[in-house]
Amino acid sequence: MSDENPNGALKKLDSRLKEARREPIDPTRRTTSKVSGSGGALGLAFRVGVELVSAVGVGALIGWLLDEWLETRPWLMLVFIFMGGAAGILNVYRMARGFGYAVGYQQKDERADSDEGADQGK
Amino acid sequence: MSEGQSPLQQFEIKQLVPMQIGNIDVSLTNSSVMMIATVVGVSAFLILGMRRAALVPGRWQSMAELSYIFIANLLKETVGSEGRPYFPFIFSVFMFVLFGNLFGMIPYSFTFTSHIVVTFAMALVVFLGVTIIAIAKHKMHFFSFFMPPGVPMAMAPLLVPIEIISYLSRPISLSVRLFANMLAGHTLLKVFAGFIVALGAFGIAPWAFVVALTGLEIVIAFLQAFVFTILTCLYLNDALHLH
Repeated sequence: MSDENPNGALKKLDSRLKEARREPIDPTRRTTSKVSGSGGALGLAFRVGVELVSAVGVGALIGWLLDEWLETRPWLMLVFIFMGGAAGILNVYRMARGFGYAVGYQQKDERADSDEGADQGK
Repeated sequence: MSEGQSPLQQFEIKQLVPMQIGNIDVSLTNSSVMMIATVVGVSAFLILGMRRAALVPGRWQSMAELSYIFIANLLKETVGSEGRPYFPFIFSVFMFVLFGNLFGMIPYSFTFTSHIVVTFAMALVVFLGVTIIAIAKHKMHFFSFFMPPGVPMAMAPLLVPIEIISYLSRPISLSVRLFANMLAGHTLLKVFAGFIVALGAFGIAPWAFVVALTGLEIVIAFLQAFVFTILTCLYLNDALHLH
């Protein structure tokens, strides 16, 4: 309880304050990366499934509507179901490569990745 | 005894106050009552929590501030300073979904986020809003979004539809994720709760499971509200910063 102790406590507080000031960006980032794999493997599997199926569904719907409009009954729907499958794979690929859910290729530091992806597309 | 035993009965929409405008049925249902309760709950939580606005926050105030800061940081990290004008919307979405999920955990209440109509309407608002923001900000340049840079023109007829489908599948995956999680969780709870009575003395096993599952469901309520919000932020980020 002499003046040594409060000094030590103050120093400790000071270092903790400094740490806390440096931190604010980090904790949320950690939770972000933790939670975006929400629920571990099952959550990941579920997300992959939803991404795949929703893209196929949208593709089928677009194809069906175009068929109704252009009266080309089964053909455009068949084409668009496969395109939807490709879009689904693309969604999953982007998710797995850490593009998040971004469509397009906007992240600067991930430009290299996207170009690589485009190369593979060729 | 047969009524109330189906695990899907909890999702049934019941008309409480029948109302009609023209030919449109706008009855007050148990779903809309829960939505109103959610809005009132969120407002009460924030307004009453911040009523005193003390320098040293009490329990409620620190919870209100915590939720505010949490979303503010999330927005700042995913979107950056350009996202600040959209903070009220993002925060409202988060609190609405979170409280909707949590109020759904109260026994005998109704989880409106377990209906695809509700989540899809919310996802559609987000999707349309984000698209309008992107078009307003980037004009025609927005459509270059669908054509990755450095791709030969010959690939365009194949790649552009794929990108468009990928873009249009966003509101679906956004809404299905929230809806399916809530639906599956609540159904599972009911199924196992049904086993408790059916098994008699051995019901202790499913009972323990239901207790654990309830905890898990509360975690999922938070998690799905968070995922919905962070995806909204990511879409907003895409709209504001095209390549």
